[in-house]
Amino acid sequence: RDFNERCAQCSEVNWGLTDGGRFYCRSCHNVTEITREVVNTDFICNTRIQTISKGLRKQEKTDGGCEWYVCEGFQLILKKQAEALEALGVCPQMKDEVLCNFWRRYLQKTKQAYCNTTAGETVKALSVCDSSTDVDSEPERPSPLHLLSLSESEGDLQTDSSFASSISKVSESTSVCSGSVDGSLYLMKNRKEKLRMTMPMTLSFCYMALLWLREPMTLSDLLRFVAEGHIPYLNVFQHFPEKMKLYGFDLKIFCVESWPVYEEVYNKMLELAAFLDLPRFPDITDSCFLHPDMLSMKYLMEANLPDELHNWTCRVVKKICIGEADFLTLVPGNNSTRNVKYDVLAAAVIVVVLKLLFLLDDHYEWLLSDFAEERNKNNKEGGPYFEFKKWYKVIKCSLDVKQKKLDEERAKYLWRCEKLLFYSDKKKSKVLKRRQTVVNLQNQFGKLSGSVLPAEKPNPSSFQLSWSEENTDGSCFHGHSLKGILQEKCGLLTTMNPDYWLCTVKLCNEKMCGHLAHYGEVDFPQSYNFVIRLFSFLLRIQPSYIHDEVCVIEHKLFNKKLCKKPKYNTGLRK
Amino acid sequence: SSHEYKLNFKKSKEMCLSYIQDAMLQKQWKRAAEFLTFYIESLEKDFSREYTSPSEVIWRIGTEILCHHSHSSMKEFNSFTEQMKTLGVKRYLKVCLEHTFHLLCNGLIDEAYRNLSLAESWRFGEQTVIQGKEMKLIKAYRGLLDYYSWSKQKNILLEHGQDGFEDLSVEQEMHGCFRKAAVNLKEIIKIPGVWDLFVKCYVDLLEFYGDHNEARQVLNEYAYNSKFPANPNAHVYLYQFLKRHGESKKSLISALKILHDIVPSHELMIDFNIMLQKSKKRKRRRLGLEVIFAVLDYAGWKENVKAWSCLARQVKQIVISEKHLDWIKQEWNSRKDWWPAFHFSRYLAKKNWQENESLSYEKALVAGILLGKDCKYFKYVSHHGCKTQAKRFRILKKFVNKHNPVYVRISG
Repeated sequence: RDFNERCAQCSEVNWGLTDGGRFYCRSCHNVTEITREVVNTDFICNTRIQTISKGLRKQEKTDGGCEWYVCEGFQLILKKQAEALEALGVCPQMKDEVLCNFWRRYLQKTKQAYCNTTAGETVKALSVCDSSTDVDSEPERPSPLHLLSLSESEGDLQTDSSFASSISKVSESTSVCSGSVDGSLYLMKNRKEKLRMTMPMTLSFCYMALLWLREPMTLSDLLRFVAEGHIPYLNVFQHFPEKMKLYGFDLKIFCVESWPVYEEVYNKMLELAAFLDLPRFPDITDSCFLHPDMLSMKYLMEANLPDELHNWTCRVVKKICIGEADFLTLVPGNNSTRNVKYDVLAAAVIVVVLKLLFLLDDHYEWLLSDFAEERNKNNKEGGPYFEFKKWYKVIKCSLDVKQKKLDEERAKYLWRCEKLLFYSDKKKSKVLKRRQTVVNLQNQFGKLSGSVLPAEKPNPSSFQLSWSEENTDGSCFHGHSLKGILQEKCGLLTTMNPDYWLCTVKLCNEKMCGHLAHYGEVDFPQSYNFVIRLFSFLLRIQPSYIHDEVCVIEHKLFNKKLCKKPKYNTGLRK
Repeated sequence: SSHEYKLNFKKSKEMCLSYIQDAMLQKQWKRAAEFLTFYIESLEKDFSREYTSPSEVIWRIGTEILCHHSHSSMKEFNSFTEQMKTLGVKRYLKVCLEHTFHLLCNGLIDEAYRNLSLAESWRFGEQTVIQGKEMKLIKAYRGLLDYYSWSKQKNILLEHGQDGFEDLSVEQEMHGCFRKAAVNLKEIIKIPGVWDLFVKCYVDLLEFYGDHNEARQVLNEYAYNSKFPANPNAHVYLYQFLKRHGESKKSLISALKILHDIVPSHELMIDFNIMLQKSKKRKRRRLGLEVIFAVLDYAGWKENVKAWSCLARQVKQIVISEKHLDWIKQEWNSRKDWWPAFHFSRYLAKKNWQENESLSYEKALVAGILLGKDCKYFKYVSHHGCKTQAKRFRILKKFVNKHNPVYVRISG
């Protein structure tokens, strides 16, 4: 309909679509190779049918709902999420182009293998939107449309009646178990089928798009925004249109009972990128937010550490070559290189730098701090020297307060929303009654809670901890100097600390063991644990992930030393 | 502690629950109520595979909070409990029972009665059968409340009787209550268990209407049926009944003997000893000695003058008669290692003397006989006692001195 090219043969603009989904010129019957599979992110419940394959879309069901497919639901969700990201400052390109195209590609890839086999019949799942009812029909935007699914055997021509009857057969058998047409089939699908869409995967899509555009948002930021409610995830189905009824198997698909886990979202993203045959992502250069030099600056600020530490992080980054575009950029499908988690990497670099400067063996750092304190007494010019002890006190205090608050918030988290869901009509009245009881009880005990205001959603912020140099209480360490703990040697400032201890002598095999190293708090010094805990909190991930990354960096840094001696002790001279 | 950043519904609610529990332990009722508000949504079936029913937890926690919270009222409590009744059919009768208890504790007896009557008429398919035990309890408690009404009316009648008034309607009501109470009380005490209060009330009813045989049978069953758990009170009730009705010494003694076996430190053991001491039968006197020694094994009796005087009297009597010294020897054998420190230390001598002369007198006699005139306790008390010029102490001293050889024979 919106394909406005002139026909190569007859120069007319009069196109139709073959059963195989290709354009053909009605005037001269020239069949092109161009297929129509463009997807709009809008869902429109259609009333008129395009009878390309003479498929019929069943009209209103008895409960006022319409037919809808699971992927339409996910499409809506992605749209909502993209809108939320745009509201957070992400560029509009993400929603309009990048995410859109990724999704389209995904549908293509999966629909090719997507085949309902009820009673041996192949069915085309079809939903068609009429262009005239389309809201955004602007020429530049991808025009509104339909999903076409190709049946397995492409040459298969179906007659009108058999096709119509097969559609209705599917609807009848599945509509009992789910609001969507293919809900039950969706779940029963062959396990070998790769990458069936799930709720966590919506975030994988989002992150993939963000990464493609090199937006200044890490995966941990994204997941944190989700947890804080700035990006719809839990109960996002309540934004489905009225007519999209959700019940039965749909609940298993769309209702989440747990927060997305970093590892899961990340790994799915990698799988997805490979599955979609995406090329190498745009390069991560040193001017990108995700580059370790940039990110570590951000984390240093957030952790209230001196700016001067940035020199050191850059040095480490350079030394082990993790600042190279080739290292940092995602190449889908490349299993030989270990993929980069930018946030974890930057945090780990900082941890290594802290170990380099302060050793963090529960002994040396305090000595050094006392030493700096002494020097501070005589220090009249310039800024104060950085004292680890002072920093520790300030940070521990803040961290404890924040952690406690976070724990309480998590305990108070409300998972249900206004919209009620039930597995079947039989359960409906019971569910309604239960909901009524819950509301009553909540009111009753809410009154007894005293004048506690409902927790307000925090404003979305990139920084969880912020420190201002204007504070006169000296609680901001950004401007502090490291001179107090450095010494001059051969005209250069080097660390006073000559030693280093490795977190692990040998790295495990990730594939066999699942981890590169094993982190147990009792095995490591308290100061080290503290620093790991700090970043674990900021990134909202398990401490062991950061620890793993620290181990990897250390092994790269001390590679030569490690390779030289077959046996050594864990203390090393730098 | 490592903080889990994975969070799911189940874990989130577990955390919430632990916050509630902490707040309750610290009596921070407002905070507990606050967190309970967030916990309540777990009543809705979650979509994960496991389904755990938190409704019992919510019921119990909610009850606790409402009991203690300063802004809570009986009305709130009632409304909450009604909701809990509808929430879990399997728990319906249990909730009714607890509701009743709460009402009773707050003095709302009529309301409690209404509650029980309502619960009694509840029917719910097979649940009625499954919750049969609770139903029996409900009937039993209603019977108890009927007894309570009966008791009140009886008192009214007695008062009126004194004033010379006759009140037929009250009397009829009273009889009605009796019938209702008797039926239910009788039922519940058939089931093996501890039904002290119910038994007492039932026996009271039976005695009033002159059915002593039934009463005796009930008490015997309660005390002697092996299916029932061992319950000292059962024997106490039986004993008291027998005593009231002037039964033979033999039956009284057999009732108390069992009590001695179960609870040697029972307060009735004093009466028991007195009864046994007076007996002509040797066996009984022997038992008496055993009983009183056993009583004084317990710390609660250490400073009881009556107990010591019983022991002293019996020991004295035996010593004077010079017969059955071996009884004392037998009893003392298992006690000679620890009674001296337990009862007869110098510290106790001083303490007893300062606080209670009579106590020290009785104890000194026993100590003098069991441990000889040179023991710390006797020396101290007798010394101070004689100083006060009290006649009895001089007599005591003479007595112990005279019978010192006994000690030698006992301690060997």
